[in-house]
Amino acid sequence: MAQVSLRKLVKEYEGGVQAVKGIDLDIEDEEFVVLVGPSGCGKSTTLRMIAGLEEITSGEIAIGGDVVNDIPPRDRDIAMVFQNYALYPHMSVYDNISFGLKLRGFTREEIKRRVDNAARILGIGELLERKPKALSGGQRQRVAMGRAIVRDPKVFLFDEPLSNLDAKLRVQMRTEIKQVHQTVRTTTVYVTHDQVEAMTLADRVVVMNHGVIEQVGPPNELYRNPATIFVAGFIGSPAMNMIPARLEQAGGGGLMVQLGEGLSVPVPEERTARYAPHANRDLLFGIRPEHLTEATRIDKQNLAPLTVKLDVIEPMGMETLVHFHIDGTSVCGRVDPAAGAEAGVRMALAAHMEHMHLIDKGSGKVL
Amino acid sequence: MAPDGSAKAITQPVARGPRGRSPGVSSLERLARRRSSIAFLMTLPLILVIAGLVAYPAAWAIYLSTLNRRMRANIGFDNYLILLESESFRMIIWQSCFFAITAVLLKALIGFWLAHMLHHIPTRGQRKWRGMLLIPWVIPPALSTLGWWWMFDPSYSSINWIINVFGFPSVPWLGQPWWARISVIMVNVWYGAPFFMIMYLAALKSVPEQLYEAASIDGATSWQRLRFITLPMMQNIISITVLFSLIVTFANYDIVRVLTNGGPRDTTHLFATYAFQVGILSGNLPRGAAVSLFMLPILAVAAFFILRGVTRRTKEIA
Ligand SMILES: Nc1ncnc2c1ncn2[C@@H]1O[C@H](COP(=O)(O)OP(=O)(O)OP(=O)(O)O)[C@@H](O)[C@H]1O
Ligand SMILES: [Mg+2]
Repeated sequence: MAQVSLRKLVKEYEGGVQAVKGIDLDIEDEEFVVLVGPSGCGKSTTLRMIAGLEEITSGEIAIGGDVVNDIPPRDRDIAMVFQNYALYPHMSVYDNISFGLKLRGFTREEIKRRVDNAARILGIGELLERKPKALSGGQRQRVAMGRAIVRDPKVFLFDEPLSNLDAKLRVQMRTEIKQVHQTVRTTTVYVTHDQVEAMTLADRVVVMNHGVIEQVGPPNELYRNPATIFVAGFIGSPAMNMIPARLEQAGGGGLMVQLGEGLSVPVPEERTARYAPHANRDLLFGIRPEHLTEATRIDKQNLAPLTVKLDVIEPMGMETLVHFHIDGTSVCGRVDPAAGAEAGVRMALAAHMEHMHLIDKGSGKVL
Repeated sequence: MAPDGSAKAITQPVARGPRGRSPGVSSLERLARRRSSIAFLMTLPLILVIAGLVAYPAAWAIYLSTLNRRMRANIGFDNYLILLESESFRMIIWQSCFFAITAVLLKALIGFWLAHMLHHIPTRGQRKWRGMLLIPWVIPPALSTLGWWWMFDPSYSSINWIINVFGFPSVPWLGQPWWARISVIMVNVWYGAPFFMIMYLAALKSVPEQLYEAASIDGATSWQRLRFITLPMMQNIISITVLFSLIVTFANYDIVRVLTNGGPRDTTHLFATYAFQVGILSGNLPRGAAVSLFMLPILAVAAFFILRGVTRRTKEIA
């Protein structure tokens, strides 16, 4: 049980590639933190520095309050699950799981007790005699987790543990990982490039891009209040719409977002003060697809009517995605399947303005 | 119409192919269609080569070893019994085993050590070193042994010269039984270690880096990683290389022939050089054949067990 803290952590590979550019992060005891970001953003590098597999160029890593910069992996009391599991092919499942305990000099009875306990949690009791070759992907995944659990380490590290599994198994294992964490409550750092995995698993999500942290926060917070254009676009599927727009003064002290093609939507009253300094500027208007719905579905305030000609409709079953263009920008909305959306037809939509965002194009900050 | 026609054209031969049921196909053609027949025909050249170049000479050698000196009468296993009763041949058995086992062990150890060092040199510098370390293995051994023979020469030994510089007395390299035994082993190790090195290097490279990472996270020291990851992962290559080298080293001829010619007093003879001496130089061909066949059963049993282990591990792991 331990907290992990990263201070101004930098990793520069030979040849001058800065994979991690000075990140600060505090992970609480028992917390499940997910590092998420596009390929090559430095997630694995960060995780491997925590594990001690990668040398730290500068900065500091502390586990449980102790700086571990110069401590080798075996003395950091961490456990790691690799993307391709890295099971020892010449050892049985039992030996794979117990290897770390054996090296640490646990008694045979204690090893057996712990392995059996982990096997029970993961449901791999019948597989203990097998060699990894005779296991399916999901079973290997469980063994890799078993290897981590038995050690009862201070921190679990996961590097994209589910990306080699098929879609269905991935969802199942995702749930299992969450259950295991709820059982053992070990501090966990989990790396993935899949934002759904990040959202579903994390207590807090850390969004990384180009070696820096864009934003840290609970999943819903990130979803509702992204801090940067990158987070706004990365979290959520389908992605948030970003429409070039101009913020203009309207009569009565209000503000209007001018979307082009003569479309405009009013800024909710409670946001006027926040956005007022940016009046008369060219910005990006951000709104998620689920906040562009059919006009009839809702009767709340802050609904702005928006009538558009639909280009493509995609029925998803429980909802229908509608695609249209505003001034050359492709926009996506989500309507009720019964709303009668049809390609090539004009449809009255409504924008839920209390969920709007305005993004500064230059700095990429969400205003 | 067109897609229909083409579909038929594709399915037709498949439908009749394997069973050969359609009328008008001769039984010969049907035989040729069977997969096992085709497989047999395709391996026939290899079978002939093996029969001609391996099975026939081996059978002939075994037959030869059961004849008497004049090759007139069949005397069963008497040649073997006579050999076993002879004091000097028992010494040769002992010397052959001592030579082969010591040399293979040293080659394996030195080869492993070299491979390990090479493995940790960055890739760019590695090729150069690999090439240089392979040199002993690519020079024809008869030639390089001649070089060693010169270095061991009682009066002009360059090794002795260096030893003298450090104040030690000269060593009678090829003149005393034990020094001569050590010398032939040394040359054999010098010649054979690069082969082990290159095999082990390939094996080392094939161990996934992540296993070491997982092991070090699991708490393994570098020695434990070697013991629990590297060695088990290399076990197949080690077994095969040792077996192969054991066979070749037992059958060694050129090094002993050039360096000591079996001397002093026949103490460095191996099966091959002794077989040559008995069979060709002394003209007792059947007994020579018996000498050279002596190791066959022992090596065959060793090969059987080693290869069985290799197959089992391959099934389980790879
Ligand atoms: N050993 C290395 N030498 C040089 N550059 C490296 C090395 N390892 C990684 N990099 C670079 O560092 C950057 C970050 O790599 P990292 O593996 O951390 O990415 P990631 O976020 O885990 O991506 P992915 O989702 O694809 O795994 C990349 O640009 C990569 O090319
Ligand atoms: Mg990665």
